[in-house]
Amino acid sequence: MGKDYRFVKRRVVITGMGAVSPYGLGVDKFIRGIWTNTSAVTVMEEWEDRGLRSHLAAPVPDFDVKKAVHRMFRRNMGGMALYAAIAAREAVEDSKIDSSLLAAGRVGVVMGSTTGSPEAYEAFYEKFFPDRRAHGIKSGLFFKIMGHTCSANTAQFLGVSGEQWASVSACASSSQAIGLGFLLISSGRQDVMICGGADEVHHTVTMVFDVVGAASLRNSNPDTTPSPFDVRRDGVVCGGGSGVVMLESLEHARRRGARIYGEIAGFGNTTDSGHISNPSPLAMKNAMLNAIKEAGITRDDISYVNAHATGTVTGDAAEAEAISMIFGKRAPVSSLKGHFGHTLGAAGSLETIAVLKMIERQELVPTLNLDEPAPDCNNINLLRKFEKMPVCSVLKNNFALGGVNTSIVLRSVD
Amino acid sequence: MFTDEQLEKKVQDILCEEFELDAEKLKPQANLYEDLGLDSLDAVDLVVALEQGFGIKLTDEEAVRSVRTLDDLYALLRKIRDQRMGS
Repeated sequence: MGKDYRFVKRRVVITGMGAVSPYGLGVDKFIRGIWTNTSAVTVMEEWEDRGLRSHLAAPVPDFDVKKAVHRMFRRNMGGMALYAAIAAREAVEDSKIDSSLLAAGRVGVVMGSTTGSPEAYEAFYEKFFPDRRAHGIKSGLFFKIMGHTCSANTAQFLGVSGEQWASVSACASSSQAIGLGFLLISSGRQDVMICGGADEVHHTVTMVFDVVGAASLRNSNPDTTPSPFDVRRDGVVCGGGSGVVMLESLEHARRRGARIYGEIAGFGNTTDSGHISNPSPLAMKNAMLNAIKEAGITRDDISYVNAHATGTVTGDAAEAEAISMIFGKRAPVSSLKGHFGHTLGAAGSLETIAVLKMIERQELVPTLNLDEPAPDCNNINLLRKFEKMPVCSVLKNNFALGGVNTSIVLRSVD
Repeated sequence: MFTDEQLEKKVQDILCEEFELDAEKLKPQANLYEDLGLDSLDAVDLVVALEQGFGIKLTDEEAVRSVRTLDDLYALLRKIRDQRMGS
């Protein structure tokens, strides 16, 4: 009989971080972009011919992919898997974990994305549709398209042999990846989990939001949008990239003398089954309360709320209402979407990295492009400027179409 | 139609482009798998690239599978070229 892990409860900490973001490759560039209040949003001029009303995005800047990843791995990677693998490599290196552990069965990977690579989908159907025949299709295309392209490619790239999971839940993909990693380590099934998500900028992705009138149309002023919680907010701007964090049991991390950035103390995960796209303040509130409860703290212990707030009219108001129900106007709240847009499957993990830096620096980052708080969002304490203050426990929200509501409690570790 | 020299040059260009290989490694006796590092997925992609590059169909799977070296590949493509010329 093997050990029964089901009731083992272990503390889970973050010991490594990696980022590919609209600011470029690496956590340093990502953090510099945020702390210099730089907008990563740009105009995609080529989208004018695609029937889109929104021509805005925050893509990952071009880089030398041949230098970054060997062909044998790269041939199976679309943009998102490439970003995931590069960010994961950085996170692993940052954690200074012995590379032999990666293949020892106690290290796993959980990565998410909205779909497989949209660019690869387009390439496939371009070949397929003219006569609906499979010809000229290269072997790597499927591996770029499949739903678990980020987890599979990252595991292959790093030589990981533990559990592999793919959390494919659109804008909550990487927050669910962190949540799942937390559960797997907490339960004792794994010691270390490489957690995150990725997505890539593509016109068909922005099209989804454009069709439902939720994409920003401020094409002539790209650096003023998205504008979460602002009275003039008019929708999302999609971004690309990947954020990856190394989760590890506290015991494992301490035993090897690892640097600890913070702790995942609680993970709330609720479903709103009332409507597939309309946000539910109640489901959001319950996700936050569940995370707080699991962390064993009270709402008064939360120093700051890092909101999902993407800049849509309905989503921001619903989240403000949910936060208001718990905190009123006490806890400071901001969103990072104004800086680098909505990176979808990467949003939860990239924003988690930024929050960990806020904890490290004991400094909160305000919402970029929030000039005039909207009346329907002004029921909470909207952070308007950088603020140095004690930051111990933070709620990190991420929500997704389809009724997915997640909230993570991130906490400093002494 | 390609001369032997043109055919070999085109194969080499395809290999360099498709698999990012160093041209200097492309000796006639080089084994595609052991010397050039290709694998089974690359073999699939090589067929696609050759079909597109030469405007042919490599339908004889047995013949394709038996290719080991660059020389084998040149010989196969020469045979297909000669058959097409004959027909």
